[in-house]
Amino acid sequence: MNRIETTAPALEEAVSSAAEPPPEKQSSAWSQFVYVATQNPLTLVAFGMFALIVVVAIFGPMLAPYSPLASDSANALKPPSWDHWFGTDNLGRDVFSRVLVATRLDLLISVIAVAISFVIGGALGALAGYYGGWWDRIVGRMVDTIMAFPLFVLAMGIVAAAGNTVENIVYATAIINLPFYARVARAEVNIRRDSPYVLAARLSGNAGWRVLAFHIFPNALPPMMVQISLNMGWAILNAAGLSFIGLGVQPPTAEWGIMVAEGANFIVSGEWWLALFPGAALMLAVFTFNLMGDGLRDLVDPQRRT
Amino acid sequence: MARRSKSALVGRRLLQAAPSVVGIIIVTFLLTRALPGDPAVYFAGPAADENSIAQIRASLGLDRPLHEQFIFYVGDLLQGDLGKSLSTGQPVLDEILSRLPASLELTLLALIFSIAVALPLGVLAATRPNSWIDQLCRIVTTAGVSLPTFFTGLFLVYVFYYLLGLAPAPMGRLNIAFLPPDPVTGFFTIDALLAGDLETFWAAIGQLILPAITLGLFTLAPIARMTRGAMLQALGSEFIRTARAAGLPRRKVVLTYGLGNAVLPVVTTLGMVFSFMLGSNVLVEKVFAWPGIGSYAIEALVASDYAAVQGFVLTMAILFVVVNLAIDIVYTMIDPRVGIEG
Amino acid sequence: MKHTLDDPQTALLDVRNLQVSFKTRRGIVIALHDVSFEVGRGEMIGIVGESGSGKSVASYAVLGLLDRAGSVDGGDIEYGGMDLRAARESEMRDIRGREISMIFQNPRVSLNPIRRVGHQIEDVLIAHSQATRLNAKERAIAMLDLVKIREPEKRYHTYPFEMSGGMCQRVVIALALACKPELLIADEPTTGLDVTTQKAVMDLLVDLARARNMATILITHDLGVASAYCNRIVVMEKGRVVEAGETGTLFTEARHPYTQKLIRATPRRTSRLRQLLSAADPRADTVAPERRIDISADAPPLLAVKDLVKSYPVAGGVAGPGLLGRATRLVRGTKGEAEEGAGLFNAVDHVSLDLRAGESLGLVGESGCGKSTLSSIIARLIDATSGTVEFEGVDLTATPASDFARSPHRPAVQMVFQDPTESLNPRFTAFQSIADPLRRIAGVKGRQALGAKVEELSAKVGLPSALLGRFPHQLSGGQKARVGIARAIALDPRLLILDEPTSALDVSVQAVVLNLLADLRAELGMSYIFVSHDLTVVRLLCDRVIVMRQGKIVEQGAADAILDRPSDPYTRSLIDAIPHFQPVAGAAAPLSAAPPA
Repeated sequence: MNRIETTAPALEEAVSSAAEPPPEKQSSAWSQFVYVATQNPLTLVAFGMFALIVVVAIFGPMLAPYSPLASDSANALKPPSWDHWFGTDNLGRDVFSRVLVATRLDLLISVIAVAISFVIGGALGALAGYYGGWWDRIVGRMVDTIMAFPLFVLAMGIVAAAGNTVENIVYATAIINLPFYARVARAEVNIRRDSPYVLAARLSGNAGWRVLAFHIFPNALPPMMVQISLNMGWAILNAAGLSFIGLGVQPPTAEWGIMVAEGANFIVSGEWWLALFPGAALMLAVFTFNLMGDGLRDLVDPQRRT
Repeated sequence: MARRSKSALVGRRLLQAAPSVVGIIIVTFLLTRALPGDPAVYFAGPAADENSIAQIRASLGLDRPLHEQFIFYVGDLLQGDLGKSLSTGQPVLDEILSRLPASLELTLLALIFSIAVALPLGVLAATRPNSWIDQLCRIVTTAGVSLPTFFTGLFLVYVFYYLLGLAPAPMGRLNIAFLPPDPVTGFFTIDALLAGDLETFWAAIGQLILPAITLGLFTLAPIARMTRGAMLQALGSEFIRTARAAGLPRRKVVLTYGLGNAVLPVVTTLGMVFSFMLGSNVLVEKVFAWPGIGSYAIEALVASDYAAVQGFVLTMAILFVVVNLAIDIVYTMIDPRVGIEG
Repeated sequence: MKHTLDDPQTALLDVRNLQVSFKTRRGIVIALHDVSFEVGRGEMIGIVGESGSGKSVASYAVLGLLDRAGSVDGGDIEYGGMDLRAARESEMRDIRGREISMIFQNPRVSLNPIRRVGHQIEDVLIAHSQATRLNAKERAIAMLDLVKIREPEKRYHTYPFEMSGGMCQRVVIALALACKPELLIADEPTTGLDVTTQKAVMDLLVDLARARNMATILITHDLGVASAYCNRIVVMEKGRVVEAGETGTLFTEARHPYTQKLIRATPRRTSRLRQLLSAADPRADTVAPERRIDISADAPPLLAVKDLVKSYPVAGGVAGPGLLGRATRLVRGTKGEAEEGAGLFNAVDHVSLDLRAGESLGLVGESGCGKSTLSSIIARLIDATSGTVEFEGVDLTATPASDFARSPHRPAVQMVFQDPTESLNPRFTAFQSIADPLRRIAGVKGRQALGAKVEELSAKVGLPSALLGRFPHQLSGGQKARVGIARAIALDPRLLILDEPTSALDVSVQAVVLNLLADLRAELGMSYIFVSHDLTVVRLLCDRVIVMRQGKIVEQGAADAILDRPSDPYTRSLIDAIPHFQPVAGAAAPLSAAPPA
């Protein structure tokens, strides 16, 4: 056991922390947020777009100028205009309204799926990381089995087997996301299991579950939050991909993936707006979550910034 | 320090793949047993009565308890029998094998494309932090994973086929004006070259290029991101400082010392990249009407063709296990530390 | 602050008024203010300072190795008449390794982990055209031989991870000296190594420097090391050179209060606890309170450890990853011993010891000797494989470690950890950390009662109560150490285990914390088990010392007796390896004073 001295890569840190005692801060998390936001304004943009997406998801149906299902054969396949910002589809439905309304469904599918995989995967991973032994082996085997499949293919298989419904898309997405949370939770809990402050908590009389719940888990949470944000985008992509190949959401429901699929047939004849706008909405949503995930990662762990 | 020989390690890796394969077989079996639709009804045809349906069910073994069905299933698998497709009546294995080269050709070309772009991009970005190439890398990596593959594909078709007319129609592997080359490898490009038929080669490449770029764009992002991250970490390591303090030339520092170490985590993420690729493959095949096993699976899904779906999931999973094995073995070969425990 | 050398013409390196700053999250931080020093040919100078003093920064600036955030804002760096600040990167590259070389601390990570060590030496030789592809291998092997690596032909092919830390540092030295540089900068070259290895590496370095008449800058936090090897010493504090001079005169006639404080705080063989404190401290040079509670032989011991064994499976791929992860963590550093022989390896090998009430026992040994495992078992954090730990006649091992949190004996045995930062929950304020045991075990409820108790404890350890609302990252190292101690004594333990409590602290902070621990022991009547690798520190606080090696006790007895008259050869080598810091006039005949290896 020896002195821990500063190394050159940590030189900057050492120098900046040289003056002691360190200045007291109002809220270090907030100042860090401000720092990250000013260093990488894209993060701020991401948080703004996220707010916008949430607003559209909640109020979409009220904001839509037309009913998403009302067809108007006289106005079919019209390019974007003042009346129809995003044009109309082959049944004369207003693409703009459909894109707006679809936000809620797409977001809901991925939020619920990610929530399920976070809760179950996180809990299983934390137990495996903390108790080790059989827990670890069982959870590890389960995760490995899921990961042995190309994940989207597994999701296809699950939806095909369990039935072509929206709920099953949610479950399938949750299952294929589960390993990520289990792994992150396991690793984060495991590296803290024997750390001095956890040992100190045991010396202070904290029972095993209390150590895990109040001392380890809160510290393991930030990296998991990053994982959530990065996974949300992927969950949306997966759900949309499944409906693109005809699984889950069925017509005439407005959903981005299925709208792109319907519009795909008209691309070769030049009616680009059918597929472009729902696709762009999808892309924007995923982009937002990924940017947010990067921002959160910088916030949580500036060292791991990539 | 106890070192194991590399070949022993490779052997152990092979053994470790066994539980994965068992898991895969169990899961695929369970999945397809739950598939909606009764294959017996389908086989018996629309005019069949209860009796003949029951007969067919018995002949298919579908009236047995689940564990017996599983044993039959495994037995069939061992003989290479994946069952018959409901819609075509052909053995699933034959159909998958005949379509597999199309998928592999597409996937491999996409992989080559994305590695060829992503690796230099990541290295350049890491060696010049905050330069324009770093910003480009940042945009490409974040935008890349945000692009739905099917959407990218359609966009490329619109621009390069409809607007510019540079690309051929997104209809399969080869324009109908060409005859497929004699199958040797099953890869049209290579077979055409082997046959000395350059015209067919270029036609096949023309068909391949858009779907391969579509697929490659999606996997480019994680590779570039990982390369940049691993490279930054390697360049920030203390052994790089030692190398610089010893006056090694920049090339040596960046490539031999930096990239040599950074490539290790990149290799391990290739497994994940392949998982994405095999999944996105399905979507890309649908967009480009590519006659691979992805579009085969979509057709089977629509028809509730359980043997075909099962065969597809199984093939993909086995393929993925093989890829992961190959990655592990490569890793074992290039990292001298593998083999030391603890 | 400036000082002049006898003859500036002979200076090999001349650093004048150097200003270096870093861009950090908190704005621009000036790391070096107006730093000047010079190094003559063949001279060995020491740059000494505590963390944050900027002692390494100057050298990085000299070699042009500052990272992107750092910049040289002013001053001159002249090497052999050449202006290094004006040198282009390509010129600097020629200088690095050939004219000026540098070696670093943490030798294990200083080498490319996936390249054979021989090839790494060859890279340097070839980069500076000192060898061709044909004779590079031969030259590399010769270098390995020069740094006294046995079987250099065989070692040429090994990877860094197959070598011990000391071996790796020898390779780093070989790499740095391969092109016969005129100046070597050694940045804490022995930090992180065991004391016996430290001495061997330092001796090698000094011998080579002398043989080649190579100038050397030794950067260190350890005055003892600097005084033992250097002709001249530069003392730095907060980015400034506060004092510089010949080793002998600097220590006997230190003028600057910081130098004086540093000299006082550095423990030497005969130091008393109170002598370590800064002269400004009112307690300085008084007699530390002693409280010897009935150490008579017939009183029953407070703690009796009997035939304790802790074995771990030797890593071989049998155990699951979870189990393996834990085992390897605890036996890290003992890989060498652990992996020879199959099956089990005993981290603690049939150890028995007694501790009387009020007694303070030192547990000394190098990394991997089992001292930490032993103390973790006594603290009931891990289970022993066999043997018993009796506390006041009750066998504590009857309750498994995982359930010990609820044992009635939990409050009686507490622990203070090595790294004050790591031992505090980053999400707990100082108050929450200290209150945790009070809430869980003492059952103190209500804001007021808890607040009163926590304030009382923080007063005891000298932590201003205004700091109680802060999180660990807002506290200094010394303050964090105080929080850890307050938490450990919150439950009035009978036995406090101190696991290297000061090894991560600067010497001046260490002096204060050691005194605090002595005061607390006298005040509260606790017994201590003080775990450390440093005999001079242990002696300050302990009546009795146990020396461990490879899981076994090799020697035990009164602290002073062991330090003065060790009977076991291993103990003797341990003591001999400590650089003895004796700042008396005439004591500094540094290079010749270094005994041959």
